[in-house]
Amino acid sequence: MSQANSTDGISRIERCFAALKAQDRPALVSFLTAGDPNPDTSQRLLDGLPEAGVDIIELGMPFSDPMADGPAIQKAALRALDAGQTQAKTLAMVNRFREKNQDTPIVLMGYYNPIYCYGVERFLEDAARAGVDGLIVVDLPPEHDDELCTPAARHGIDFIRLATPTTDAKRLPQVLANASGFIYYVSVAGVTGVGAATPDSVERAVADLKRHTRLPIGVGFGIRTPEQAATIGRFSDAVVVGSALVDHIEQAATPDESVSRVHGLVRELAQSVRRCREEEVVS
Amino acid sequence: MNQPFTPSTALPDGNGMFGRFGGRFVAETLMPLINELRDEYAAAKADPEFQRKLAYFQTDYVGRPSPLYFAERLTEHFGGAKIYLKREELNHTGAHKINNCIGQVLLAKQMGKKRIIAETGAGMHGVATATVAARFGLECVIYMGTTDIERQQPNVFRMKLLGAKVVPVTSGTGTLKDAMNEALRDWVTNIDDTFYIIGTVAGPHPYPAMVRDFQAVIGHETRRQMQEKEGRLPDSLVACIGGGSNAMGLFHPFLEDASVQMIGVEAGGKGVATGQHAASLNGGTPGVLHGNRTFLLQSEDGQIIDAHSISAGLDYPGIGPEHAWLHEQGRVEYVSATDDEALEAFQICCREEGIIPALETAHALAEVAKRAPTLPRDHLMVVNLSGRGDKDMMSVAHYLGDKFQ
Repeated sequence: MSQANSTDGISRIERCFAALKAQDRPALVSFLTAGDPNPDTSQRLLDGLPEAGVDIIELGMPFSDPMADGPAIQKAALRALDAGQTQAKTLAMVNRFREKNQDTPIVLMGYYNPIYCYGVERFLEDAARAGVDGLIVVDLPPEHDDELCTPAARHGIDFIRLATPTTDAKRLPQVLANASGFIYYVSVAGVTGVGAATPDSVERAVADLKRHTRLPIGVGFGIRTPEQAATIGRFSDAVVVGSALVDHIEQAATPDESVSRVHGLVRELAQSVRRCREEEVVS
Repeated sequence: MNQPFTPSTALPDGNGMFGRFGGRFVAETLMPLINELRDEYAAAKADPEFQRKLAYFQTDYVGRPSPLYFAERLTEHFGGAKIYLKREELNHTGAHKINNCIGQVLLAKQMGKKRIIAETGAGMHGVATATVAARFGLECVIYMGTTDIERQQPNVFRMKLLGAKVVPVTSGTGTLKDAMNEALRDWVTNIDDTFYIIGTVAGPHPYPAMVRDFQAVIGHETRRQMQEKEGRLPDSLVACIGGGSNAMGLFHPFLEDASVQMIGVEAGGKGVATGQHAASLNGGTPGVLHGNRTFLLQSEDGQIIDAHSISAGLDYPGIGPEHAWLHEQGRVEYVSATDDEALEAFQICCREEGIIPALETAHALAEVAKRAPTLPRDHLMVVNLSGRGDKDMMSVAHYLGDKFQ
């Protein structure tokens, strides 16, 4: 079944942020690696995320050499690859998810090589057909926009750009130029799942980004707990939680346990981001 | 047999591309940093004071120029081409690696960096990096795969003596690519004070061009020395290739001389047909890893496959992007030598010339063994003797087994 990722010219991601703006709350974005710990469990994990309270799903495309990831997501990628995950299987997962869910945006996240080897045009066609809404590709800076960012736009797939603490004022316009969907602010100069920035410095960075773009700003790296999610969610449009969820898959004794633990943490995070701006008024 | 060739001295282009290879495929966090490095390096290249300092350390610290030695007994042994060895193994620290490390550490000092990191396979780049870090009073952290730590113990000890911290890398197969992943993770975490000395002509722009330029001293000297000894250019150049820095250093100053044939020798491991090898050009496909597009050993789905070689320094599933480009242009011929062929050539060099080569270098000598006997006596062949083999004693003893009992 062909699934358009945008109807009447408004993308799922735009619709999602518009609805949340009306509710005055940030989006909860979850990250899981496709195929981790095995294909069936991974599908169950994915399918249950919206009901548990996730607003936008980031789905990692596993890569053998994830240079920007810390130990948790490195291990997740290896578990998935060992269990036989491929690019085609990841797209098939999205396809199955879309049979039941037409609303929750899905952003594929990963490294360029598996996309390059699949073939950029073929990948974009298959991703659009499966119902993928956006891409985050860690090792494609704006200098290489002609590789994937520009072709993705022709397929109606957003290219979500990363801004980091090292992205200075001189560079920011270039980073924002072809960005779409939302901006992902990497709050820590480092790898995923290691360390956390101070809320004050993140708030300043988000405010600075908002002066330069009308796109929503999501914040990720180092957000592990409902409390941290609430703190960041007070001033950002989305909070991304990844390694903390992935850790639960590693620690679970059985596939069933990994599903209940991951969805359990998602529920706590979801409650927290839904209330985070009310608390601000109270305090 | 050389095809008409467009000179590559103008490459890479502004985006760091050699044709479709090369580039800057790194995380946004690193982009401002590598762009700054590009600008700093461009300035240093044109700065007479930087070049003067570089020449000083190359001469008085490294011991350059390295001799171009007529290997009379090897020539007799093979009974064909007249064989010259470019004696890079006589450099301080025992390999060509220090040519590049001296250049990069001078840049690091100029940029005010306090901490040096590097990846290493055989440990030769790690030792060279630890050496220059000691000389310039900088903190030094070396990432090395656990497999390599085991097979290159003497170099691990050397690095520690030189004051470096050696961090064992357990991810993947614990070899060079995994060490490079971990060094990149360190770099992205410690951007403010850290300089990453990449050891080969790979990685994001400007590294492939910068490392090439620092290693090109090998080819420039060879050109001058051959003129002095023979009054003409060599007919062929042979060098081993892992990432490809010693080969690029020898080849690059000759690329526009159509009469000079160039042969790069990849590590064929147990044979390219077995799948257990490190021959990215002969057995790989184009892909993107560690900041550049090049030929890689990988699955159809773009997952990197572990390389195999008896030589830790060649045990890498990629190759410098300029080599990928020269391969497609047909300017350089890329062949491979197996573990067994390298071991055989290793022993011939020991016995005939009294020179114990590195196992990496032995791959180049294995190609000489195949090629030299078929060539006329007036054919001038230069082999880059890129490193010495002291570090390989344990491995070679292990592989030769009962011969030493």
